[in-house]
Amino acid sequence: MNFDLSEEQKMLAEQANALLADRSPFDHLRGLIDRGAEWDEPLWRELAEMGFLGAAIPEAYGGLGLSALDLGVLAAEFGRANAAVPFFSSIVLAAEAILMAGSDEQKAEWLPKLASGEVVATLAYSEGPGRLAPASVGFADGKVTGVKAPVADAGIADIALVLADAGLAIVRLDAAGVVRTKLEAFDHLRCHYRIDFQGAPGELLAKPIDMSALFDRAAVQAAFEATGAAEACLLMARDYALERQIFGRSLASYQAIKHKLADIAVQVELLRSNAYFAGWAASESPGELPAAAAAARLTAVSAFEEAARENLQVHGGIGYTQEANCHFFYRRERLLAVHIGNRDYWAARLIQHIPTSQAEAA
Amino acid sequence: MDFNDTPEEAAFRAEARAWLSANAPAHVVPQAAVLDDAEEVERGKAWQRAVHDGGYAGITLPRALGGRGGSVIEAVVFSEEEARYNLPKGPYIGIGLGMAIPVIAKHGTDAQREGFIAPTLRGELTWCQLFSEPSAGSDLANLRTKAVRDGDDWIVNGQKVWSSWAHRSDWGILVVRTDPTVPKHKGLTFFVVDMKSPGIDIRPIRQISGASDFNETFLTDVRIPDANRIGAVGEGWACCMTVLMGERLGSGSHKSAVGPLLDLAAATPSQSGGNALDSGSVRLALAQAYAEEQGGRYFEARLRTMVSRGENPGALAGMIKLAYAGRLQRTTGLALELRGQDGIAPAPEDTATRQIQQDYIWSTVMRIAGGADEVLRNQIAERVLGMPGDVRADKDMPFDQII
Repeated sequence: MNFDLSEEQKMLAEQANALLADRSPFDHLRGLIDRGAEWDEPLWRELAEMGFLGAAIPEAYGGLGLSALDLGVLAAEFGRANAAVPFFSSIVLAAEAILMAGSDEQKAEWLPKLASGEVVATLAYSEGPGRLAPASVGFADGKVTGVKAPVADAGIADIALVLADAGLAIVRLDAAGVVRTKLEAFDHLRCHYRIDFQGAPGELLAKPIDMSALFDRAAVQAAFEATGAAEACLLMARDYALERQIFGRSLASYQAIKHKLADIAVQVELLRSNAYFAGWAASESPGELPAAAAAARLTAVSAFEEAARENLQVHGGIGYTQEANCHFFYRRERLLAVHIGNRDYWAARLIQHIPTSQAEAA
Repeated sequence: MDFNDTPEEAAFRAEARAWLSANAPAHVVPQAAVLDDAEEVERGKAWQRAVHDGGYAGITLPRALGGRGGSVIEAVVFSEEEARYNLPKGPYIGIGLGMAIPVIAKHGTDAQREGFIAPTLRGELTWCQLFSEPSAGSDLANLRTKAVRDGDDWIVNGQKVWSSWAHRSDWGILVVRTDPTVPKHKGLTFFVVDMKSPGIDIRPIRQISGASDFNETFLTDVRIPDANRIGAVGEGWACCMTVLMGERLGSGSHKSAVGPLLDLAAATPSQSGGNALDSGSVRLALAQAYAEEQGGRYFEARLRTMVSRGENPGALAGMIKLAYAGRLQRTTGLALELRGQDGIAPAPEDTATRQIQQDYIWSTVMRIAGGADEVLRNQIAERVLGMPGDVRADKDMPFDQII
């Protein structure tokens, strides 16, 4: 057993961390919000050049052919930086869906462009509160009809994979019959849209897709993203408390603060451990993936939730200002908590997949 | 990263498994068996003797000290395989292997290593821990039991508490105050004490569980030869740290504690119709607990990887117990609630609910023993996160001037 990241993976993380720290500091995020930017396009181009976008896309399709765990290492850094890029939509969900259900031709057409960042894709699955992946949108005669909302990153995406009654359909979002309406999104750095498909031209992915399997794989990446983000909150709170003097001593010297942050540190380590295992299982032990992904997902939501909330709380009044950096994570956290299924969904998924042998004995 | 055994680990596992399947069954204690303490200790000694003769005692201990000279991972693999059998391995064996041997190996003299380590590995000596006192628990260095030098002996007076299995132990590891005029951590000295020494009076503590696993041990003019002092006079605190570092290693068992509660919930009718596991709140609470339990399991794998590289996980190791103890209390408490009034008074044949009652009681011990929740949180905050230490009003004060 060697249950740690490899030296290469640690270097990959450092590389991504250094780039993001330089290109996407919090003041830069504030600037994007002030300008009403849809995304951080220059950063996206750089991530593409570094090979990060195609990290887990097979070499045959223009990627680096790395593993889910390698991609997770990158996702953790995107989470830590709260980067304003459509990584989750375009790479984690769309590229993965094409890999799972596309024909060789479809893979050859789209994956190299997703890896190079030339095309941005999104997955249009939600249709409002209710089932996670409903398919009431119709697909007939090459045309897509119906409404998907909200759809993340749809303002900048070139294509959407639309979950329709007949399967996942690739739709070009600049085509006739596609009407995008921007929604006011809770996370100011990830824009969301309603898309009305009015007989828009679409092309079905060649194979039927198991959406729950797609979400399992996505949950691994979301867990890594939450690991980086929760850790960022924990350290931000710790650093602020160390600096802040109150009643003649460091705020960090009070047990009320120490114990709160210690509990979050525990949650972050349990999450990181689950993310490692799920990342490993994704390629090395697929039979264990549904339970591992669900466990990672549940600990991701609880750890990041606590970290984002208590980070702001430890900051006190300054935490409520735009000037402080707590709000980026406070908003991103809710996004991560609800996309690809809330806890209700993942608790059910986990219970359904807990190996009975484990419940009985080792 | 690889969660599976390396070829070497797999070979060792196969070897250990084969040896266990040939030797363990004769020592297994049937689940329903109720042994008296004396018999349980005798069986424990017999199993330890068998482990020793098989070459698996003291796996990480150097060969020169009678151990196997193996790796941490081998020790983990062996304990995982051993945990498949219900073997008599209580504190009477664990304290000797996990506490007495490490402290004697590190701080003892050659004569002490020779005299104590091999017999303990052979299961001939059982040990208890004489550390805590009525006014020295989390603040262990506040202990008041004192030893005064008298020729070649020390004369010890005081009271120890929470000494598991002291009534069935041959020897005890003991920390006492030898100099009350210096600050509290500096005036301590470490001994091993023959539990049959005159002046030792062991009284069982009646616990909230109804059982008496723990004792209070009174020491009245107990003479301990200076030859049984471990480490230098005044080095007692360093010895205690050696002991407590070893206390948090896992048992090796990967049995899920939450899994059976999920099964129980699925088999328990709900007060609002259907079964208890149909309820969203129950599903979420148990699924979340299961997810955290898995996280703890993989976190242990990460810590073992660190240890196998010679790194010291330090306060990170406390995270596992901190998470486990609270989870045990929350989940067993929930399970009793799901059983309705049967959670309080189960039918005679309902052994599952009775076990959960016992676990719910036991969870209170887990939250206090081996580092209370609050102590562990402090350690994590200070040593992992680098936050300031607590205000310690008596830290630099001579002990005899502390009110």
